[in-house]
Amino acid sequence: MTAFDKAAVAPADELTGSNTEANTMTSTPNDVSKVGVSAPTVVSAADAARIAAERKVRARRRLLSSSPLLMFGVLIVLFAFFTAMHPDTFPSFANVKNMLMDTAILMVMAVGVTYVMIAAGFDLSIGSVLVFGQVVAAKVMSGIGGQGAWTIVVGVVVSVLAGVVWGLFNGWVITKLRVPPLITTLGSLGAALGVAYLLTNGADVRDVPDAAYSIATGKLLGLSWIVWTAVVVVVIGGLVLHLTRFGRHTFVIGSNAEAARRSGINVDRHLIKLYCIAGGLSGFAGMMSLIRYTTTTVGGHGTDSLVVITGVALGGISLFGGIGLMIGSVIGMFIPTVLNNGLVSTNVSAFWQQVAIGLILIGAVYLDQLKRSRRDQP
Amino acid sequence: MTPLLEARGIVKNYGHVEVLRGVDFSVSAGEVVALIGDNGAGKSTLVKTLSGVVQPDGGQILFRGVPMVFTSPIHCRDMGIETVFQDLALAPELGPAENAYIGRELFKQGWRGKLGIIDKAEMRRRAQEAFISLGTDVKDMDAPVAALSGGQRQSVAICRSVMWAKGLVFMDEPTAALGVRQTRKVLEVIRRVADQGVAVVLISHNMSEVLQVADRVEVLRLGRRVAEYRSKEVDVEMLVGAMTGALDGVGA
Repeated sequence: MTAFDKAAVAPADELTGSNTEANTMTSTPNDVSKVGVSAPTVVSAADAARIAAERKVRARRRLLSSSPLLMFGVLIVLFAFFTAMHPDTFPSFANVKNMLMDTAILMVMAVGVTYVMIAAGFDLSIGSVLVFGQVVAAKVMSGIGGQGAWTIVVGVVVSVLAGVVWGLFNGWVITKLRVPPLITTLGSLGAALGVAYLLTNGADVRDVPDAAYSIATGKLLGLSWIVWTAVVVVVIGGLVLHLTRFGRHTFVIGSNAEAARRSGINVDRHLIKLYCIAGGLSGFAGMMSLIRYTTTTVGGHGTDSLVVITGVALGGISLFGGIGLMIGSVIGMFIPTVLNNGLVSTNVSAFWQQVAIGLILIGAVYLDQLKRSRRDQP
Repeated sequence: MTPLLEARGIVKNYGHVEVLRGVDFSVSAGEVVALIGDNGAGKSTLVKTLSGVVQPDGGQILFRGVPMVFTSPIHCRDMGIETVFQDLALAPELGPAENAYIGRELFKQGWRGKLGIIDKAEMRRRAQEAFISLGTDVKDMDAPVAALSGGQRQSVAICRSVMWAKGLVFMDEPTAALGVRQTRKVLEVIRRVADQGVAVVLISHNMSEVLQVADRVEVLRLGRRVAEYRSKEVDVEMLVGAMTGALDGVGA
């Protein structure tokens, strides 16, 4: 599917006069053989003010119909519902803290996946790369010994680098060998986990520097450092995505890679960078998990990529690329968490959570499709 | 007056197929030149050689009177030569202003610019100015291009090229997919572009359209320029005759 198949969903027909905006500036439909050339229009101050006002109205309308806002509504409803069911326990600080903690590590990976998906890529390998990163980091840390913060710093660097290596691999295979991202990262999903198992013989590494314990229990404003770390990653990720040229190129490539190429953007190099970001953040998430649980968790991340991709898609990141907000991913990631937590405290089988998430995901993507096909008639 | 771009005896072969057999071509600043010809006459190939997409096998290209070898489309772009592709090459999810600045984003002043932060407001303002000065009906600089009509999309693609074209714009069938009214809008835009001093090379199949907007018409047949007319001195019949070889066109 090319970008312009997407664009051509429903071309507005000017001749029917349905597109009023398009009709306002034209001259009268006079003799076709004469191309009327009026003097170039000059932008007056009044015009500029009117344009700015119109822009505000349109911006508000776009915001109101955006997926993140809709999903924020869903999140509020879910929260209110479970609060009504369990007024004492569900909205308590301890429980909210739990939910934040549960989401934090996945959220770091979601930042990377957001970039990749906005560029119309895909990454299934993040859960395995997380395990690979934490295993390599744990091995290196126990290898160099030491219990202090510097050993942790080394671990962080190693975990990120280990993730970047898989990102390089994914990006290289996808851009140079032209293997589709779904298959490439499905392959590295297996391969990265396999290598991690080989390194540990399938057993978890429990040898973690003492400093990890103090980080895991340390708090700022009542919240764990793990949560704050995720906040920092999300904020930086969001700023880079929405304010910088790097972020803009990510959107352009996801929207129409050929247009990006013709405009002189090095598409392959950019995509490789994005897979490296996803990989590096997954490795970093591995280190966060290692600190939180003070052990590697080689068997515990088989569904991470599905959870993250679900959350990101719920947040309005288009599966076809070119559309998305970082805040959307944040909101999307909390929906599974809140559902899970709420259902557990409601004594509903946690299996229902999977059913509910699946259905919400399908519903969200359906709504997104509807909006795409309707955007021609504002 | 020296033509802005002049091609002399351009030859291009694809394998054993001679697509261009010594084509001459020229265009001056502020002039709209239509390039017409039957399918396979070599119009697209000629434009590709003149816009750096492919390298000619022979002949000479002069830009502002100076011999020049265009190594790539990006090279041409840097020289002030832009191309409006038939498929427009727009990013449908992005707005007109964002599309206008793909690959040429403006940075903010000072330290924020050094961090790679782009100046969205300034880009939107300049794009809006350019769009208005060309008299296009694209109003919403933020709406995704996919939500615009075909004519508006065409306008976005043309404006984007014109914003950056200091010398010359190639347009490959810019009205091919448009209705009558939209076509007229696009032709108006093309005329305005030329009036701003930019040279325009228009590839088209539509004879009456060509005669409306072009100052000059160059006709290609079987890889050669067979005729060159001022559009005031020619009618559709003569053009068709030159294209098909029924008439022997004599350069005007």
